[in-house]
Amino acid sequence: MKTAAPTNVHLTLRVNGEEQQVSFAPYKTLLEVLREDMNLTGTKHGCELGECGACAVLVDGVPVLSCLALALDCEGRAVETVEGLASGGKLHPLQAAFADLGGAQCGYCTPGILMTAKALLEKDPNPSRERIKEAISGNLCRCTGYQQIYESIEEAARTMRESKR
Amino acid sequence: MTKRFDVIGKPRRRVDGRAKVTGLTRFADDVVLPRMLHCKLLRSPHPHATIESIDVSRAQARPGVHLVLTGKDFPVTFGILPVTQDEYPLAPERVRYVGDPVAAVVARDEQTAFEALGFIEVEYRPLKTISDPEEALATPEPRIHSYGEQGNIHRLQAFEFGDVNEALAKADHVFEDVFFYQGNTHLPIEQHASVAAVDGEGKLTLWSSTQVPHYIHRALANALQIPPAHVRVIACPNGGGFGGKCDLHNHEIVVSKAAILLGRPVKICLTREEVFYMHRGRHPVLMKMRTGVTKDGKITGMHTQTLLDGGAYGGYGAASTFYTGVLQTVAYHIPRYKFDACRIFTNKPPCGPKRGHGTPQPRFGQEVQLDKIAEKLEIDPAELRLSIVAKPDSLTANWLKIGTIGLAECIRKVVASSDWKNRFRKLPEGRGVGLACGAYLCGAGLPIYWNKMPQSGVQLLIDRSGQVTVFCGATEIGQGSDDVLAAIVAEVLGVDPYDVRCVTGDTGLTPVDLGSYSSRVTVMMGNAAIQAAELLRDLIARAAAEHMETVPENVGFALGRVFRADDPGKLMSFREAIVLAEEKFGTLGSVGSYSPPRSPGRYKGAGVGPSPAYSYTACVVEAEVDRKTGWITVPKVWIAHDIGRAVNPVSARGQVEGSVYMGLGEALMEEQVFRRLPPKLSNALVHKIPSLLEYKSLTSLDMPEVFTELVEDPDPNCPFGAKEVGQGPLLPVMPAVANAVYDAIGVRIDELPITPDKVLAALEKKAKGETPRVGPESFPDVPYPEPMLVPPPWEGGDGNSVNTPRRRPLKKEALA
Amino acid sequence: MMRLPWFEFHSPRSISEAAKILAAEGPQAMLIAGGTDLLPNMKRRHQTPATLVSLRQIEALKKAANGSGVTLGAAFTLNEIVANAAVREQYAGLWQAAAQVATVHLRNMGTLGGNLCLDTRCNYYNQNYEWRKAIDFCLKKDGEICWVATASKRCVAASSTDTAPALMSLGATARLVSTQGERDVALADLYKNDGIDYLTRRPDEILTEVKLPAPEGWRSSYWKLRRRGAFDFPVLGVAAAVRTASDGTVEDARIALGAVSSRPFLTKGGELLIGKKLSDDAIAEAGAKVASAAKPMDNTDLDLYWRKAVAAEFVGYALREIRGDDMSATRVRIARHAL
Ligand SMILES: Cc1cc2nc3c(=O)[nH]c(=O)nc-3n(C[C@H](O)[C@H](O)[C@H](O)COP(=O)(O)OP(=O)(O)OC[C@H]3O[C@@H](n4cnc5c(N)ncnc54)[C@H](O)[C@@H]3O)c2cc1C
Ligand code: SF4
Ligand code: FES
Ligand code: FES
Repeated sequence: MKTAAPTNVHLTLRVNGEEQQVSFAPYKTLLEVLREDMNLTGTKHGCELGECGACAVLVDGVPVLSCLALALDCEGRAVETVEGLASGGKLHPLQAAFADLGGAQCGYCTPGILMTAKALLEKDPNPSRERIKEAISGNLCRCTGYQQIYESIEEAARTMRESKR
Repeated sequence: MTKRFDVIGKPRRRVDGRAKVTGLTRFADDVVLPRMLHCKLLRSPHPHATIESIDVSRAQARPGVHLVLTGKDFPVTFGILPVTQDEYPLAPERVRYVGDPVAAVVARDEQTAFEALGFIEVEYRPLKTISDPEEALATPEPRIHSYGEQGNIHRLQAFEFGDVNEALAKADHVFEDVFFYQGNTHLPIEQHASVAAVDGEGKLTLWSSTQVPHYIHRALANALQIPPAHVRVIACPNGGGFGGKCDLHNHEIVVSKAAILLGRPVKICLTREEVFYMHRGRHPVLMKMRTGVTKDGKITGMHTQTLLDGGAYGGYGAASTFYTGVLQTVAYHIPRYKFDACRIFTNKPPCGPKRGHGTPQPRFGQEVQLDKIAEKLEIDPAELRLSIVAKPDSLTANWLKIGTIGLAECIRKVVASSDWKNRFRKLPEGRGVGLACGAYLCGAGLPIYWNKMPQSGVQLLIDRSGQVTVFCGATEIGQGSDDVLAAIVAEVLGVDPYDVRCVTGDTGLTPVDLGSYSSRVTVMMGNAAIQAAELLRDLIARAAAEHMETVPENVGFALGRVFRADDPGKLMSFREAIVLAEEKFGTLGSVGSYSPPRSPGRYKGAGVGPSPAYSYTACVVEAEVDRKTGWITVPKVWIAHDIGRAVNPVSARGQVEGSVYMGLGEALMEEQVFRRLPPKLSNALVHKIPSLLEYKSLTSLDMPEVFTELVEDPDPNCPFGAKEVGQGPLLPVMPAVANAVYDAIGVRIDELPITPDKVLAALEKKAKGETPRVGPESFPDVPYPEPMLVPPPWEGGDGNSVNTPRRRPLKKEALA
Repeated sequence: MMRLPWFEFHSPRSISEAAKILAAEGPQAMLIAGGTDLLPNMKRRHQTPATLVSLRQIEALKKAANGSGVTLGAAFTLNEIVANAAVREQYAGLWQAAAQVATVHLRNMGTLGGNLCLDTRCNYYNQNYEWRKAIDFCLKKDGEICWVATASKRCVAASSTDTAPALMSLGATARLVSTQGERDVALADLYKNDGIDYLTRRPDEILTEVKLPAPEGWRSSYWKLRRRGAFDFPVLGVAAAVRTASDGTVEDARIALGAVSSRPFLTKGGELLIGKKLSDDAIAEAGAKVASAAKPMDNTDLDLYWRKAVAAEFVGYALREIRGDDMSATRVRIARHAL
């Protein structure tokens, strides 16, 4: 096992619209940097190998797994995490619907699913149940059986469409 | 009493819902403290070996390493049950499974700790690997533990309630089946994490992903040999528990010790692989069931034998062993009943309680056997079950007290919603429906250590600001226990549940509650909460009555107001009423506590099985099976659960659907299985697939539509009538799948999981004219002891045993 | 958390710059594209490259060209391939394969090039360092014996790429570029039947693009067997492409198998169809022929005998879909959703 000289890298990350200077060990994934170096512990982890989806965040609007993204590779890209979802004190419609309709039980898979669903609704404001199933099929939830998650996403989509009108 | 409720029964956002969707819920790994260090454990690569020597000097010398611990730093054994103190925080001289921890490194960061593990040198001397129960029965030496029944048998239990052989002899038909239920694990998405720190007063605090802070508190203080008053355990909300966070775990003790020695916070977060090693999940159980029935389908007697593969340590195993027998009797009337159970030690991660604790395995066997019985007797399986459902307010053969039972209603509901009558045995080849039922505890009647104190305590604090704070040791593991607590207090006091602040799962602040297991929280915590809230309400009523010139009994509480019941126009705000009460009585607070009713069984062993109430479930599963490949698809599930009353129907439905989810996983793909390398070449016995990728949990695309109905028949022992819903609904799912597969293509898969290769193998047998069945062929010769004889209530018993059985000598039978 | 080992990181902007770094650093440098295969492997210490050369900033690897056929840059993510209209309309087999890789998130990250160069898999190997230590390692990494076939001198880990069999059936070629120059290889020639040394690509070569021949007259299909509707690698992949005359007679056909050997490979099943119509009998015959070439080992999910037993049926699905049968219900049952 090789252990190179531990020197940190410094770079600017744009997370939830804010630019921040961070210094971290170069082997760190985006997940590790968010949680450990930026104190954004809302993003979760269940495997760190790409096998659960708990760590999903948006990079340039696209849902990706932060456990398999090198933080080094994220310079200059827009990262969005669950902490950036609400605007001020107002919950994002997805958050409100998940809280109201049982979309979050233990809440551990929730941040990853919320971010994934956000990207879905941005692309497709009125997704079918099938479309929703597909979109979150890379997020394991051990608690809900998914049904209330679908209902939450559908409800949020409805709210968002209505508020646009 | 037809009281209208303001909170109970209304679909609502759960009180902790907002935190969960904003990322603010603080799970254990989210706890970050100044000067915090990180811990990693070195685990055994051998399934069974003695430790000859450990050299930690090179690891200790690594830059950034603060501490290295080994077994000699922990002289005291531990174990969650007082009867099985067989675990070590770090193994001092013997390792018993691949993954057993032997040393710990604490360093400035996780990477440094991990790298330092590679510099610890451990010399092992391998011992014979014992990989499964049959091998263990045939291999009494070496013993994995020096305690237990004998050889590698951990526990033997045998009970007989009425002469079962006679009952079977009198039956028109006797059905004998052998079933196997493969082990599986909880797989919470949150990996276990703990942070330990010493506070300003020199006392220890442990934040942990645990379901049972009180038990951890006791056991941790003992393991560290420090006074419990100097230990505070904070159960962080769990990112899923399902029973896997109910034991005291090695790492919890290790980081606590390290924090004490270093005077700095120490964190550990297990990797997914390590979570598989923590396990404590579903026991693999081989079982044999002999059931006598009359020609019209009445059960005359039943004999259940189980053989549990316990893994390397005791854990909750003694209780699990009981649970493979005791709850067989609470769904249907079984006039005579006998069960023999045996738990074995093997060199694998220890098994323990998983959702349904010990009961899904025999429930699977019983419900599949009932399907076979119904077919043979040419009775519709739903009708058969309806005709034998146990009676309300009755005793069972093994002296369990059944209160309300909504099972018949559940069966009728799923029969109607699934259009059962038009589909069962009527769908085209390749499609089928199967029905099964289940029954579960609403809280274990006894705590895991003997005491006569309350099993749940709730404390309320209220002040002139109008703030209501409720304290309880219960733990939020996703099931919604904080929400139940707030809802119940809010209902009694007539306030908004979102105005109630919950302080839970903190042994430093909250009254004792035994924890989130055995579906006990709603019933036990709920009853304690009602008691506490009613005491406070009475004080407030007395103060308000004086002011409103009426009697306290005439004071109503609703929607944040306190009013005269006979003249609701006369009212004041809740806050005004508190001011009056605080003026009159001084600072306001109250406590409530709950102990379950005493159960009627008096025999030794009668303590496992009793519960304040039982919940019931019926389920119909539809399956499509491809004849050429055996490929199985489950398009839809209908399920009805007798919940007594739903405190929050949103959460209740979530629990049912989550149970169906987990049940389908167990039915179709989940397996905690091990790989034994060719013994000639290697001693290795490893978890085959310790990853979230290869341990198969259903994705959204694999999950069928679920149609859920709740049967609400309030149970008088339960708060507002509310029974459990967290575990029971899992039970019927697995047998319903097996029965549906049979309806679809006429093959019996008598073991779980039911995979396409097994189906295809059974179809091939069918094509060859052989018995179209895949499952265990035989049940080994297990040296069960002479049973304890307890006459059932209707045979003149008083709940005591009528004999004092001797333990039969093991050797002859076991080695025969 | 599972953490990566230390490494040096380069993010060149051109293919030639990347090639130079590879040439200079030698085999201890590795390319990283989406990282969805390499990073988990590094976390499990399968690969511990001293240097990572990221392809992310190289615009030239993200070019598509439509001429006679289609050229796809290696750095396209799988979801970009799925969104590509030409692929969707003309190369159904590739589209179906790409759409079924891993999960949505992983397809947003993982690239075509990475998918083709994917490490072989084995459940004695895709384990953490500690686990592998418990079995005293194996041939593929740090050990002396193959636990799947203890008498074997060769590692039999399974090729698990979904797109390679599809591309093979479509007659694709891949371009490899190094400081030495560039070469095009037929996809079938990119692979070797060796679980350790599974590519003919040299360590200093970059796979830059994949070329698909003109689709005229061809129809294709890909069927993937895996336990769940998402996440799982294939444990059997059947890719078929058939060119028929206007009367339905097969003029040319290729059937490739994935995940049942250490490489994806073309079978002889395709040749059997030539000159025939896609009748049920012809399909069954081809299915049996293809299935006989499948050599699944006990190192993936699902029972190996069963995997072999259903191979013919999966060939049938693919050929019947190509014939024009409505396979949507079967597809939903197997893939767990409509593609
Ligand atoms: C949970 C999980 C499930 C998965 N399921 C599937 C599945 O079902 N089917 C499937 O096919 N794959 C699956 N994968 C593997 C992987 O996600 C995909 O194969 C993906 O396409 C790999 O691409 P990448 O860009 O991420 O590769 P990387 O990880 O970046 O690279 C993979 C390998 O290819 C080399 N490489 C990458 N690009 C080039 C290039 N241009 N030239 C030369 N060498 C290169 C790298 O050096 C490395 O050795 C899964 C992965 C995970 C974690
Ligand atoms: S096939 Fe054999 S050598 Fe190859 S990875 Fe698996 S066990 Fe190792
Ligand atoms: S942590 Fe599981 S996919 Fe990233
Ligand atoms: S809510 Fe617990 S894992 Fe999804």
